[in-house]
Amino acid sequence: MTPVDLPDIWSYLSREPLLWLTATLAAYLVGDQLSQRAGRNPLVNPVLVAMLLLGGLLWVTGTPYSTYFEGAQFVHFMLGPATVALAIPLYANRAQIKSALLPMIAALVVGSVTAIVSALWIAQALGIDGAVWLSLAPKSTTAPVAIGIAEQLGGLPTLTAALVILTGIIGAVIVTPLMRLMRIRDWRARGFAVGVAAHGIGTARAFQVNQSAGAFAGIGMGLNALLTALIAPYIVSLFLY
Amino acid sequence: MIPAVTILLVCQLIGETLARGLALPVPGPVLGMALLLAGCLAVPRIAQIVMPTAQGILAHLSLLFVPAGVGVISHLDILGGSGPALFVVLLASTALALVAGVLTFVGVAWLIGNKSDTAQSEPRP
Repeated sequence: MTPVDLPDIWSYLSREPLLWLTATLAAYLVGDQLSQRAGRNPLVNPVLVAMLLLGGLLWVTGTPYSTYFEGAQFVHFMLGPATVALAIPLYANRAQIKSALLPMIAALVVGSVTAIVSALWIAQALGIDGAVWLSLAPKSTTAPVAIGIAEQLGGLPTLTAALVILTGIIGAVIVTPLMRLMRIRDWRARGFAVGVAAHGIGTARAFQVNQSAGAFAGIGMGLNALLTALIAPYIVSLFLY
Repeated sequence: MIPAVTILLVCQLIGETLARGLALPVPGPVLGMALLLAGCLAVPRIAQIVMPTAQGILAHLSLLFVPAGVGVISHLDILGGSGPALFVVLLASTALALVAGVLTFVGVAWLIGNKSDTAQSEPRP
């Protein structure tokens, strides 16, 4: 019987998707447990906890992100079907949604324009310009749309993806304290606003807190993807001339 | 579960095909969501089939963003020297968009006398 060689095991594990797929699920479970123990405190965001754990693990083991993604891609792939699945809470809450069409359209336009204009304006004031500045315009929309818009505007797709994720996490962390501070108790309004401002990660947070908020966040995210694609190039051109 | 997953994937597939084929500015999965909603409205049985699986996936929506989040952590250097400034921009702009959006929603709902039937239950602190 040949002795088992640790480096051999590692070289097998590091080549197969099994290890990093398992690590992704385990890190999320740790994040979700911590989040539950903290009474769903917004600061203990499961995505944030999991990504810090895994980021540290990749760094310690010297694993390149591309290797990690070989395993994690199966989880990442589920984003598509999950987006389709948002139709179910929409359907279940259809009466409520139909009766709130006008507030939704108004909040969509105001929220979406504020997200784009304020990002461009504050960045300009802080001396950010060029391709980095352009990459900020679509930051509140869901990643695939944001990357498409950034490419069209002359931004940097990879930077845009990072800005989109960070925006989602920031939105998911600040939405609850902010709404409590403003004494907003309408779950529809809270959910819809976070879907518009912080896309899928904001929507995930909304589902954690309230089913109705989750349903409205899902529509906010979907509608804002469409609206930002239509208006971002126009708003950017207003800034430039 | 398999019928539910198949329905979700078929909707996404049609959505992706339409988005690419017609060069629409909407991602395929969002079109797929619209399609599934239309399907549920037309045939309520579809909603019954998909419901448990959809709820299971959506309860753990956060998980699905972990791989992309790890990408950001591993590539923080792409933020370059403007990292802190970019963070300030994202924080301020996201807060402003949240406040503007929620106040508009609540304001318009109040103007048209539209009340939420979910407002009573303020959650745990």
